[in-house]
Amino acid sequence: MIPYEFIPRTQPSAQALAIVPVLTVALSMLCGTALFFILGKPAGVAFYAFFIEPFLTSYNLSEIAIKAAPLILIAQGLAIGFRARIWNIGAEGQLTIGAICAGLIPITWPQSENILMLPAMIFVGTVMGMSWAAIAAWLRTAFNASEIIVTLMLNAIAIQILLYLINGPLKDPRGFSFPQSITFPEVALYPLLIKDSFLRANVSIYLVLALSLLAWIYVRHSFSGFRLLVGGLTPSAAHYAGFSAKRTVWISLLVGGAAAGLAGVGEISGPIGKLQPILSPAYGFAAIIVAFLGGLNPIGIVIAGFFMAVIYVGADGAVLQAGLPASAPIVFQGFILIFYLASHTLVNFKLRRIGETKEAT
Amino acid sequence: MTLSACSPLLELRDITKRYGELVANDAINLTVHAGETHAILGENGAGKSTLMKIIFGVHQPDQGEILWQGKPIPITNPAKARDLGISMVFQHFSLFETISVVENISLTIPAPLPNLAKRILAKSKAFGLPVNPQASVHSLSVGERQRVEIIRCLLQEPKLMILDEPTSVLPPPAVDRLFTTLRNLSAHGIAILYISHKLEEIRALCDRATVLRGGVVTGTANPTKTSAKDLATLMIGRNIPQVTHRKSRTDGTPQLTLKRLNYHDPNLNIMGLKDISLTVQTGEIVGVAGVSGNGQLTLARLISGEDVLSRNQANSIRMQGEPVGHLPPDARRKRGLSFVPEDRLGRGTVPSMSISNNGLLTGHRLGIVKRGMIRRHKRDTFAQDCIKAMNVQTPNEQAKVASLSGGNLQKFIIAREMALKPQLLVVSQPTWGIDVGAAALVRQRLIDLRDNGTAILIISEELEELFEISDRLTVMYNGQLSIPMFTRDTTFEQIGQMMMGQLPTFMETAE
Repeated sequence: MIPYEFIPRTQPSAQALAIVPVLTVALSMLCGTALFFILGKPAGVAFYAFFIEPFLTSYNLSEIAIKAAPLILIAQGLAIGFRARIWNIGAEGQLTIGAICAGLIPITWPQSENILMLPAMIFVGTVMGMSWAAIAAWLRTAFNASEIIVTLMLNAIAIQILLYLINGPLKDPRGFSFPQSITFPEVALYPLLIKDSFLRANVSIYLVLALSLLAWIYVRHSFSGFRLLVGGLTPSAAHYAGFSAKRTVWISLLVGGAAAGLAGVGEISGPIGKLQPILSPAYGFAAIIVAFLGGLNPIGIVIAGFFMAVIYVGADGAVLQAGLPASAPIVFQGFILIFYLASHTLVNFKLRRIGETKEAT
Repeated sequence: MTLSACSPLLELRDITKRYGELVANDAINLTVHAGETHAILGENGAGKSTLMKIIFGVHQPDQGEILWQGKPIPITNPAKARDLGISMVFQHFSLFETISVVENISLTIPAPLPNLAKRILAKSKAFGLPVNPQASVHSLSVGERQRVEIIRCLLQEPKLMILDEPTSVLPPPAVDRLFTTLRNLSAHGIAILYISHKLEEIRALCDRATVLRGGVVTGTANPTKTSAKDLATLMIGRNIPQVTHRKSRTDGTPQLTLKRLNYHDPNLNIMGLKDISLTVQTGEIVGVAGVSGNGQLTLARLISGEDVLSRNQANSIRMQGEPVGHLPPDARRKRGLSFVPEDRLGRGTVPSMSISNNGLLTGHRLGIVKRGMIRRHKRDTFAQDCIKAMNVQTPNEQAKVASLSGGNLQKFIIAREMALKPQLLVVSQPTWGIDVGAAALVRQRLIDLRDNGTAILIISEELEELFEISDRLTVMYNGQLSIPMFTRDTTFEQIGQMMMGQLPTFMETAE
């Protein structure tokens, strides 16, 4: 028998709340390394590839920035809804719809040199990501349909729309029948961080950091953010005070959809540069983990987003160099989620030796 | 008599309990004999609840020992306490909302449900505490929930029963019945620890009283032989403030008009409203008396806007002459409504947020929000003003509201809602479970607000209170409302009879 038991805390522990991300990351690293060792790969090599390599070359650092941008952006949007207990699981679909609609602009004017093209794509992508999320908001407020189920299913629909378009109307006529659109013109792309270099990192990371600051201001200082938080913590108090529950649903989903749609533009106007069957390596789902790992706090999310990006980049390297299976990064994300949930128990419970009755004061 | 019969049932020796800096109980000594009804008297924050939780095994003392039938026994948890024969009715109920009464009771008293339901009905009849075992708890009013708690206690056939403010929500006839019950128990050798701040009750019921103030025993008295004034002085260390109540000076402007208000709650366990008409005018206090569960919850929610009517019924609730029945809470608050609900934690406030942020909850209209942004300084000043206005006991405005005692929480909510300078203030159970000093302060502030021209509607189950502060009184029974009477033209007995359903003046055909 384990000589310890969980005792509910009277108040959530702030100390435990701070330890949770650290414990999560440490346990994930430990288990990840152990798992790869069991797979017969030298543990040292896997660990090195995962957590050291990404920092060693300028190319890898640039890749971290590319992957961190969408993760942070989507997580910021989702976290605002999560604080209000509105569970948007559909960022992946909102990202896809945002990318498709923004992509129509360069596909329509492939020869354009108009520098307003990127701003137009940003606008369209954001609005359309929002619109896709609005379907879930409407179904929830009008018919009380679970936004979890609706957003999740809308993901599948979005992917099918993308596949239809790039296999049909939007297929590049000179693309040797590959299911992809034409390559976008220069004006449809984010400027690179370092001009004419082989590094793919672009200025979208600045945009993301600026929006993170905005998210921080919204969450900490705005009355709207306060209302959402009250709605999440104590719905009956929000109702008593006259904060509209419907507005909470709408804002939560629209903000999440906008962020995901904008992240979609970041992909097609960034590293990809066209529409293709896979626009995102499941950023929309990984961002959920980033949002919670960051404690639903805009600053925490920036840190967690970079950490998750390191894992993405490290996994690419680990697959190549240590010969790990391609599913390694997904397994790793799974570890993070499980250990996050497990260690979060400590926020509301404390560990006590069985038989010990006296509480420490 | 044998030696063991002489030794007390329960003895506490030098019990001390600290929470950080705060000493909740300081070297408390207490003895309770079998069959004795022993009062624990004290204001909120005096340490009564902590002491009872130590006896019931919820908390462990830092020092001192507990003797049960003469033997030192550590009571490590409530299950242990129950095994010894100690049972407790808490001030804050420990019932699960989503399941039925009988299912709740089956969690402490394992038995087949139909069998248990029968036992509940038997107890409920025997002690005059009507309860439907099949009703789900979320549909019950505060008063009904308390009945369930008391019945759960009685089913455990205890040797010592602890009751924490048990009469706060009972109507006068039910209080008498409860007292009969308790005397009955006492006659059968069951000891009772009776926590209260209601001096008259203690004098009517108890053999002995231990008075607590600031965690220390300030005296032990025989309440039947000590005057209420002397007991109060022991309890609060000074004289009780007297509420001054002048005649109302209403100019007759109706602030709230209910006209033939009908409402059928989709949840059939909750009492609907039948043809309710009432007017509350500027500068008067109208009191709604009644036993809990007769439609008061629904009435309050319909006036606050937490429940809304359809658009074509909008006219049956009017504020300043305008139909508002279809409007949500914020639209009504914009028209000058303030509301103090009976659920203070979780409805009137967000428990996990600071006092400061809970001030913002409804105080945001007072210039605290500018261009959508919270002005932190103004927000904190507003909370500090509320704390000062009602003398709320708290380290500062950044403390979580969940850390406030019931009385202080209510003082804060009342201060906040009054600071909004309402045209119409609706208060549900203004002084339920709060101590004498705080209650007197709340009542005085309500009268002051009335004198400044606010229309006030008070829904309360404490008849003494309504008689003390209302200008007009009406009784709610079975979803109906009696024709309002001037308080001075009626008597305690008349209203008490009406609360039990003997209603010569109910408006079956009011126009």
